[in-house]
Amino acid sequence: MTQSFNEMYLDDTVRAPYARLEAWMRAMPADLRIQKQAEAEALFRRIGITFAVYGEGGDPDRLIPFDMFPRVFTHNEWARLERGIKQRARALNAFLVDVYGRGEIIRAGRIPANLVYQNAAYEKAVAGFVPSKGVYSHIVGIDIVRTGPTEFFVLEDNCRTPSGVSYMLESREMMMRMFPDLFRENRIEPVDRYHELLRRTLASVAPAKCDHEPTVVILTPGHFNSAYYEHSFLADLMGVELVEGQDLFVEGEFVYMRTTQGPKRVDVIYRRIDDAFIAPLCFRPDSMLGVPGLMDVYRSGGVSICSAPGAGVADDKAVYTFVPEMVRFYLGEEPILNNVPTWQCGKSDDLKYVLDQLPELVVKEVHGSGGYGMLVGPKSTKDQIEMFRAKIVKDPGNYIAQPTLALSATPTFVAEGVAPRHVDLRPYCLVGERIELVPGGLTRVALTEGSLVVNSSQGGGVKDTWVLAE
Amino acid sequence: MLSRTADNLFWIARYMERAETSARLLEVGSRISLLPSAQGYRNEWDAILRSTDTQDPFTRKYGEAVQRNIESYMFFDRDNPSSVASCITQARENGRIVRTALTSQVWDALNTAFQDLREIERTPRSKLELSRLTDWTMKQAAMVRGAIDATLLRGDGYNFLNLGYALERGDATARLMDVKYYVLLPRMGVGSGIDNDQWSMMLRALSLHRAFHWAYGGEVTAAKIAHFLILNPHCPRALITCVSAANNHLGRLAKLYGKSGAAQAQAEALQAELDRLSPELIFEEGLHEFLGRFIRQTAGIAGMVHETYLSGDMR
Amino acid sequence: MLLLIDHVTLYRYASPVRGVVQSHRLTPSICEGQQVLDWEVTVTGGLKGGGFRDGAGDWVQGWSVKGPVSEIAVHVRGRVQTADTAGVLRGHREIVAPECYLGETFATELTGGLPMLAKAAEGAEDRLAAAHALCRAVSEAVAYRPGATNAHTTAAEALDQGEGVCQDHAHVLCAVARANGIPARYVSGYLLADAEGAPHEAAHAWAELFVPGLGWVGFDPANECCPDDRYVRLGSGLDAREAAPIRGSARSSGPETLDVTVAVLATQQ
Repeated sequence: MTQSFNEMYLDDTVRAPYARLEAWMRAMPADLRIQKQAEAEALFRRIGITFAVYGEGGDPDRLIPFDMFPRVFTHNEWARLERGIKQRARALNAFLVDVYGRGEIIRAGRIPANLVYQNAAYEKAVAGFVPSKGVYSHIVGIDIVRTGPTEFFVLEDNCRTPSGVSYMLESREMMMRMFPDLFRENRIEPVDRYHELLRRTLASVAPAKCDHEPTVVILTPGHFNSAYYEHSFLADLMGVELVEGQDLFVEGEFVYMRTTQGPKRVDVIYRRIDDAFIAPLCFRPDSMLGVPGLMDVYRSGGVSICSAPGAGVADDKAVYTFVPEMVRFYLGEEPILNNVPTWQCGKSDDLKYVLDQLPELVVKEVHGSGGYGMLVGPKSTKDQIEMFRAKIVKDPGNYIAQPTLALSATPTFVAEGVAPRHVDLRPYCLVGERIELVPGGLTRVALTEGSLVVNSSQGGGVKDTWVLAE
Repeated sequence: MLSRTADNLFWIARYMERAETSARLLEVGSRISLLPSAQGYRNEWDAILRSTDTQDPFTRKYGEAVQRNIESYMFFDRDNPSSVASCITQARENGRIVRTALTSQVWDALNTAFQDLREIERTPRSKLELSRLTDWTMKQAAMVRGAIDATLLRGDGYNFLNLGYALERGDATARLMDVKYYVLLPRMGVGSGIDNDQWSMMLRALSLHRAFHWAYGGEVTAAKIAHFLILNPHCPRALITCVSAANNHLGRLAKLYGKSGAAQAQAEALQAELDRLSPELIFEEGLHEFLGRFIRQTAGIAGMVHETYLSGDMR
Repeated sequence: MLLLIDHVTLYRYASPVRGVVQSHRLTPSICEGQQVLDWEVTVTGGLKGGGFRDGAGDWVQGWSVKGPVSEIAVHVRGRVQTADTAGVLRGHREIVAPECYLGETFATELTGGLPMLAKAAEGAEDRLAAAHALCRAVSEAVAYRPGATNAHTTAAEALDQGEGVCQDHAHVLCAVARANGIPARYVSGYLLADAEGAPHEAAHAWAELFVPGLGWVGFDPANECCPDDRYVRLGSGLDAREAAPIRGSARSSGPETLDVTVAVLATQQ
């Protein structure tokens, strides 16, 4: 593995966007840093921003570690990222409309039919349906890593219900509260329009039958869900109701919520529930989280669901390989952001290479998420690698492999002071009548020295992400 | 407002009030147990457990009703849904669910109570005086209530919270009085000296001791106490005060929603009845009988509130 | 042939339910060989909801009933003019790719004796011959015996028992066809069982297998034949649950009972 790029330095000189931060860092005495860190933690806990890790037990009120050292992009760096992200979000949505329609990209032989039609995330129940404004994925979270001054790669796409945006907003809030001077010295693009853009995006995809100011709700699996804080945070910012499945019911052609004044019609549902649970009559009959009859209302144009059921087929890790192809096919453009080279273990040539090079590669489950079920070859023991080898051989189609990227690092406050830690970036692209992107995103940081796993469920932290104004 | 949100708000209030009641019961019990009696010291704990309908589960788990066990049960025990720990945890959880309907001050008060509680639970029991636990509980309840009064929008959510408080408090006062009733009646007639000691103790636990003397003066009699705790609209915990608060908030909801229903009708009827009552009439009916009826009537109003607003089935 | 259909599904709830929501696939497919003359679905106290034609060509109709109710009857009546197309589904507009019907479901999981039975297609000269061979094999392996199985019996269980009803036959055929890489789906509909038109306790079900060149072709292993003019096709899915003519959910905690009577009658024109 090559030396990774430290975003603050270039050939031992401090890069311009970090110049002021570097001075700030030098000027900060250790005791102030410790005091500020404690302050931030107390604030987070008081507000209640905590993160319960699925199935891990332990403290249900665990905090996601917050690192006070911001991560910075220049105006130009961001401009390119923004174009690339929006381009990708458009292509992904075009792909979704296509594969639930005539499947031109498959007919054209640009993507194998089985990858789409036999994909567990492909919902044939919505085949033939074009959602309002032709949008399937309304919030596209695109995970990006950096490996050099100008090298960015897309690690994966999240077309269903990418989480973490509350951390983006809260990290900024926290920084502005604790270090207002930094915001005077540096001209930083604001991110606080996000909730308004989200609300507008959701309202813009109200169904055809909605002839009034649309009522938007957020549908949560409930307060035991690890992302519940985020659900309630967004509902609060947008001024919309946060509902559970039991709060909604179908009557006639529409969906209603149960209120203290009787039924109130709902037009747009921003759901944070998986497809399988959302409509028990259509998908899982045992689901207690969903709303019986919802799919009939949805497909007959009585309500919009964001993201649209079936959107998951576009962010499958096997389909990921073909996103640059989608950009070319649907938009007639060259992709601005590149994919990480990926081997499909389902292909025999690729499988052979992967098994040969296993200690050097990162291997992921096709449908996995949250950093679970993955192997980071160079960071694993021989036994771990052999165990994983057996899993791959048993079900090759379930795995993809990528080279271990030298993820960039940014300065991070650690026990000893400041040290580089690896980071990634998740911007949240909003797709409705328009495509919107706030400048910035969620920077996740692997707090363990040398670690490349940034997932919060695996001990990752978050930091504020700055985009400097021109 | 979502029916489930209204339900959560209603229960935040009920749980906070219930936590306070459990703490007050603990205090009454411990104070009364310091009073001498013919048999040495009195054991009032059985009566206290009876008042919360939890004697059986307690006996199954702890056996003898001694102070330490009662403290465990009524303060710390998560198996006891009315324990201070259970109630504060539930109140905070209900608050977490409806964060969007609360101000940050109200949430802060609920969350701080919960975080403190976890701290208390980690503290060795030997370092925890009962009075510290009960004081702490009442302080938390006051903080939450204060935050609600000071910061919350006077919308429907505010009315549901206050309905919860009013109905729970009415129920609690009735049950607290009923404890006293149980203890006294079988042994000696209402009105003897020992009796007055115990009533005073109870007033003290309700933080109403001085208020009572200011209001009535002279000898403590059963009739005065019944009047104070049932019929005096100046007493913040009196049944009539609670019913009138419930009426007020139900009325505001009816006005807000442009619709009045069975809950309003029942609460108004109960209020009208209390307005006509006197201590003599209550003792004529039998204090225990009256209190039992009151508890059932408030439960009936709570049931109608649920049916009308909280279940989401109203059309 | 002119078929008269009278199909009643009666739901009884032990305690009154607060509301019922249903999703119906109860409208004959638009395809060659079946022409609807008239058709009516009623639900007692029901409010008609959203309706749409899904990607597989089925008309799906939502219904809701406001509670409290203790009993709901879904009544289907209609007349359909049918013709024999030798089982081939023609003139049926659908957009779902045949590959979508290669996936397993819980009911059609390839376990037990199913992989073995799937070998019946070995040596067949083409897809159509393989389909016929599989249909025959299923008919032989699973005897028709009402009451031997229930609505939740899986294909593997029915095969293991060696007996079942049309639902089990169709499940087994879907499973073994998919095992051979043949897209297969479960079809629900009506069948004129005998000339007298005596009522049955259930609607009928069979399977469709995808044969390149022909498209979807029906196979009825319960009767060891391809659907002809005695059949009326309603809808399809990966298994019985997905293709169910009625899917519903009641807001209640109590048990419910279900009574179904289906009468299919042939009349002189």
